[in-house]
Amino acid sequence: MYRYDQYDQAMVDARVEEFRDQARRRLEGKLTEDQFKPLRLMNGLYLQLHAYMLRVAIPYGTLDARQMEMLADIADKYDRGYGHFTTRQNIQYNWIKLEDCADALADLATVEMHAIQTSGNCIRNISSDHFAGAAADEVVDPRPYAELMRQWSSFHPEFTYLPRKFKIAVIASEKDRAAMRLHDIGVRIVKRDGEIGAEFYAGGGMGRTPMIAPLIRDFVPIDQFITYAEACLRVYNRYGRRDNKYKARIKILVHELGAAEYIRQVEEEFAHLLSVGVEPPREELARITEYFAPPAFVDGPKAVDRSDPDFALWVDRNTHRHKHDAYVSAVISLKPAGGIPGDATSEQMRVVARLAREYSFDELRVMHTQNLLLPHVAIRDLPAVWQALDEAGLGSPNMDTIEDIIACPGLDYCSLANARSIPLAQRISERFAETGRTEVVGELKLKISGCINACGHHHAGHIGILGVDKKGKENFQLSLGGSEAEDVSLAKITGPGFDEDGVVAAVEKVTDVYLAQRSDGERFLDTYRRIGMEPFKEALYG
Amino acid sequence: MKILTGNDLRSGAVTWWNGSGWSLFVDDAVDVGEDAEEILAREEAARRVNVPYAIEASIDAAGHVRPAHIKDRVRALGPTVRRDLAVPTAQKTGWDWVI
Ligand code: HEM
Ligand code: SF4
Repeated sequence: MYRYDQYDQAMVDARVEEFRDQARRRLEGKLTEDQFKPLRLMNGLYLQLHAYMLRVAIPYGTLDARQMEMLADIADKYDRGYGHFTTRQNIQYNWIKLEDCADALADLATVEMHAIQTSGNCIRNISSDHFAGAAADEVVDPRPYAELMRQWSSFHPEFTYLPRKFKIAVIASEKDRAAMRLHDIGVRIVKRDGEIGAEFYAGGGMGRTPMIAPLIRDFVPIDQFITYAEACLRVYNRYGRRDNKYKARIKILVHELGAAEYIRQVEEEFAHLLSVGVEPPREELARITEYFAPPAFVDGPKAVDRSDPDFALWVDRNTHRHKHDAYVSAVISLKPAGGIPGDATSEQMRVVARLAREYSFDELRVMHTQNLLLPHVAIRDLPAVWQALDEAGLGSPNMDTIEDIIACPGLDYCSLANARSIPLAQRISERFAETGRTEVVGELKLKISGCINACGHHHAGHIGILGVDKKGKENFQLSLGGSEAEDVSLAKITGPGFDEDGVVAAVEKVTDVYLAQRSDGERFLDTYRRIGMEPFKEALYG
Repeated sequence: MKILTGNDLRSGAVTWWNGSGWSLFVDDAVDVGEDAEEILAREEAARRVNVPYAIEASIDAAGHVRPAHIKDRVRALGPTVRRDLAVPTAQKTGWDWVI
């Protein structure tokens, strides 16, 4: 794992003290809220429905046990004993007090963490494949490249006031487990004729105008990687719209210019930047890469004892193939049936930290599906890991099933929301768990957002649900057919919306249609793509 | 009726104008009639409240102050999915009241 050097640490420490002073001045009345708001947002501190909310960055979702324990301590010391893991691989605390915030940030800094650039119109936390460094199918570990981008984008003076927020994902496999093409920039590290390089996509996003990023370059040599990213950002920074916040994301620029024209401008800027020389020295990438050296895997058994059916189910559902055949990556579900997607108590965080230390080379990941992950677990250790997880309420065998719902905080926490998303997730997961249909239905990605901002990725759900306001009442639009994986697509709305009871029933009806119509081996998404919207519409409204 | 709400500057807690100060309990909220703007400006300047605003509300059959918008009813009680974290008096009001 990457460790801060003296510059990283000095910058983060300085920022904490700067914020401490800003908060003090706000509390003393020397700053108005209008003056203070941009300052606190630069440090990840929002004001939400019930209280201040602090968003802490977890670069590419990787952390170690010590950091997870600190996240637990912060939950206990400054919050209410829990945190919410998000689709951007971050964590949010919902009850931080302004007067405590600098102390919380100082504690975070002791474990090389911060909340910088988790808000505002800057380059946000770089996200990545949660299986990075472990997946059998990756070309290389994408995290050194993500880390290089993190360093480049942290405090980048030119990109501190972009037209709008900017989100980047970096992956390194054909399979896309990071919604890469729904980011402002998506990068896939590839190998061509033995050379490492990067495929770039630009102008994807969700929100009110969802778009899938087009490919803008199929190979950027790795020693020009940052230069090319800089060119992409420069063109956006120059021409992205600042007059209308709803049209300010790069997706609108790429769409309005057309991909070809955007590419032409990027190439022009790229040529210019190559002549200036902005690429970090190669040694820096080499230095970073050393931190991500694979752990010392050892041979061991390659299969588990399947005599306990509950354990066998969990292994089948929640573990993922590893590079080394005596290991797997084990998904820690934060989706107990009827629970709040992505929430973990401080106790659970400590359990997870201990398991990471004992069984996963001190490594953990936050998944964009709002789950946690032990990336490198020896198959021999799986029974012990499963038992500990199960005891802590973290052993639900439901990865990628209809119980593994992504849901944004919605109207229970978020001041922008139109409707509550969490209660829906709770009712649906409970219902499917009760009726035993989760297993029957198999892979089905359901995603819920409480408003059009789409933090819950509803556009990319096999089934998506969007909360809207209908004359002061919560109402829900259903959509079908989205995917954020390598078969990326945007979901289409079925028709008129439903109330809460109605939408729970509608989800069941939609799965009924699927079960009746599926042919062998088809996932929900495959059936939908084959038979189209009509049969579903018929069942819902006919 | 028109009532005032905001967040406490230090803690962020949701508060309601009770005629002389800011209460944690929505039931303490009083009708401010025409005085909203003046109270808001004065109280915010004195930092006794952060980003306050005026909202419509009514008194329900059980005598509780009920904000007109669901968002403010959620604010009054706390997250509906974490009833253990509710504002202390909320239990009396009942969660059905929110929706
Ligand atoms: C609770 C406070 C939150 C606020 C105020 C907030 C605000 C927003 C806004 C305004 C957008 C739309 C941006 C645009 O279209 O230009 C957005 C998008 C998004 N947010 Fe949030 N959000 C919040 C929580 C979250 C959480 C908890 C997550 C992760 C679960 C999240 C992840 C995302 C993602 C993935 C998108 C869509 C991607 C995109 O930017 O196009 N947000 N958010
Ligand atoms: S989608 Fe809307 S309701 Fe949900 S967290 Fe984002 S801004 Fe809030």
